[in-house]
Amino acid sequence: MCLAVPGRVLDIEERDGTRMATVDFGGVVKEVCLEYLPDLQVGEYAIVHVGFALQRLDEESAKQTLELFAELGMLQEEFGDAWEMAAAEAGRDVVGEAGK
Amino acid sequence: MKYIDEFQDPELARRLLDDIHATVTRPWALMEVCGGQTHSIIRHGIDQLLPDEVELIHGPGCPVCVTPLEVIDKALEIASRPEVIFCSFGDMLRVPGTGRDLFQVRGEGGDVRVVYSPLDALRIARENPDREVVFFGIGFETTAPPNAMTVHQARKQGIRNFSMLVSHVRVPPAIEAIMSSPTCRVQAFLAAGHVCSVMGVGEYPELAERFRVPIVVTGFEPLDILEGVRRTVRQLERGEHTVDNAYARAVRAEGNPAARAMLEDVFEVTDRAWRGIGVIPDSGWRLSAKYRDHDAEHRFSVEDIRTREPAECRSGEVLQGLLKPHECAAFGTLCTPRTPLGATMVSSEGACAAYYLYRRLDLPAGPTAREATPVV
Ligand code: SF4
Repeated sequence: MCLAVPGRVLDIEERDGTRMATVDFGGVVKEVCLEYLPDLQVGEYAIVHVGFALQRLDEESAKQTLELFAELGMLQEEFGDAWEMAAAEAGRDVVGEAGK
Repeated sequence: MKYIDEFQDPELARRLLDDIHATVTRPWALMEVCGGQTHSIIRHGIDQLLPDEVELIHGPGCPVCVTPLEVIDKALEIASRPEVIFCSFGDMLRVPGTGRDLFQVRGEGGDVRVVYSPLDALRIARENPDREVVFFGIGFETTAPPNAMTVHQARKQGIRNFSMLVSHVRVPPAIEAIMSSPTCRVQAFLAAGHVCSVMGVGEYPELAERFRVPIVVTGFEPLDILEGVRRTVRQLERGEHTVDNAYARAVRAEGNPAARAMLEDVFEVTDRAWRGIGVIPDSGWRLSAKYRDHDAEHRFSVEDIRTREPAECRSGEVLQGLLKPHECAAFGTLCTPRTPLGATMVSSEGACAAYYLYRRLDLPAGPTAREATPVV
């Protein structure tokens, strides 16, 4: 949860009065709130934490970090199915339908 | 030096390490504050690559680990109510409360959902106007702004069936508490990079000066950590104690002003209990009076739940750097990721879990360690 992952802005739109972006994290795409970095532009990179862009990042260091995270399986930890992971840790089956 | 080839830039890692080896002349104890750093240090064996003189003490910077048992019990109580959809980050699912965890509450019929972002919980509230949607708002200064924005949006958009169980914590008061403890061994801090991405570095010069400790803002990738350690050891050897930023690509001195302004509006500073450690004055945030309507503790009247923590778990000492995880008698026997006694064994950022995952086979076998059942 504490992980903040660099991502690249694909597009930006206003939704419910909130500035939102679609952000690509090395293949995983998520909706991200830009209210804390309102001048972030399409094509730029930012550090994103739980769906919020918190600080700009230059392209080179963003790419390096993403590569490292992918290698270490950390993107899976961040974006994978938490119910499956919890069940595996607990040695139990996931109860009910896949958690959402 | 068995790990260094796996570094992203082994040549640079080598140079940083050489510099540290060349600089250090006597023993120093550094504390890394952030759980992400602990995880990275153990995973990459950074502590074993450093000179023997440099000891890394694992600090209390894992939000999952320090969330008090009492708050977990409040979460479990709220999540068990039939009218509630309880939303949480995935790593809270297995944190043990008294006798059970959120994973079990769901098995017993509770509507517990994992979200990636607090805004997902707000959307669930919008889509389920006849249900009460509660988000478990924990974390340090990095996670607080997203949660603050979500409460702000709930109020702005009039989403009344959304509330938050807030247990946020702040790093600087924890540093102060650690340095004020009579058993303190810490001589320098690697401050948490992403916390500073939000808050900037303004809170640290006073602490560095008062306790005469270097505070070096550090990222959590292996090379970042080596660079943070290198700069810290330089200061220590020279007798300096200043605030330095070794993570400039993600940390500006002023942090993120918009996020800080939102924090001031939505939260107010409060005393907060840290699991295993106890109450640290001014070390947390709770919702400010203006947002009290959205406070789940009030809404579900769980303020009075009080819980004592189990005696056998020594995570409080682990979190203060007084004990290494494997020195706890329960480590790897009574306490494993499958049967965790303390939150530091659950969270992937917890020191006990990090040792269990990456170190338990290398550790000297204690009297009971042989019976440990390897899980995972
Ligand atoms: S090994 Fe388990 S019981 Fe011991 S301190 Fe860590 S979490 Fe607590």
